[in-house]
Amino acid sequence: MPATWPCPGPAGIADELAVVFDSARQVRLLIVPPLFEEMNRTRRMLIETQRRLDALGVDSMLPDLPGCNESLQAFSAQSLRSWRDAMAAAAGHFAATHVLAIRGGALVFPTRLPGWVLEPVKGTSILRQLLRARILSAKEAGREENSAELLELGRNQGLELAGYRLSAALVAGLDASLPEDEGQRVIRQAELGGSALWLSSEPGEDPEQSAALARIIAGEAAA
Amino acid sequence: MTLTDQTDTDLRSLLNDVLGLGPARTAALTADSGLFGALPELDSMAVANLLTEIEDRFGVVIEDDEVDGDMLGTFGDLLAFISAKRVGA
Repeated sequence: MPATWPCPGPAGIADELAVVFDSARQVRLLIVPPLFEEMNRTRRMLIETQRRLDALGVDSMLPDLPGCNESLQAFSAQSLRSWRDAMAAAAGHFAATHVLAIRGGALVFPTRLPGWVLEPVKGTSILRQLLRARILSAKEAGREENSAELLELGRNQGLELAGYRLSAALVAGLDASLPEDEGQRVIRQAELGGSALWLSSEPGEDPEQSAALARIIAGEAAA
Repeated sequence: MTLTDQTDTDLRSLLNDVLGLGPARTAALTADSGLFGALPELDSMAVANLLTEIEDRFGVVIEDDEVDGDMLGTFGDLLAFISAKRVGA
């Protein structure tokens, strides 16, 4: 079910969307999605996980990061800090009791909540991959670019990478950030079985993986 | 199983994960199977993704200037590239 929530932004409070399964139950899970393309690749899997959690008696909310998915805020205005502020605001608005952060979501989730991180990834790894994609497209177009120079430019002026206009703050943030899990349980792909859906360039879904993830969360939240 | 056989198996599974080829297309890959320029799934974002996974799973580092059509031309080229990297690692 779509719901809106008030999200802090540079132009004041903006309404952002979230997919919500809310029956005012005891366990309320905030799901912090991955960043960039991995968000799109995992969306179906995460919403299916929400359906399974609903059946297991767990409420869940999957908010948009500002500037991503349905958000009307500018992507180029975002930084890790703005995403952290947004996810903290969503956690408060929805009265989340637990959190699940996926991949790059582990860089921006509210660390005060107990919960899980699924295959957390370093900011530098995300940035390196985006830089690589840009260097490869430039090469195909007959231009030579290199990561050190692009990174320097990006940290000063921002940079367009793989179709995303990254602010200087976002480039600098990614270049320095590590997953922030402290006491949240790390879930590895092997526990879900199958191949990781965020890897595949063709978006897919795997109800078995969603079911496995929902079982882990519902089981451990009750323990 | 030798190192090369294991690398072959691991690389097939990695290509399947990154490109979503499915078990039949993955098993049918031979040394001459074309990759870059032959598989529509393999655009620049997918190549970047593929290289990162190769680095993670095989414990090697790939420099930007090593990435070209020769290295990614066929399944055999990529396998030879990774095997040479692992010997040097």
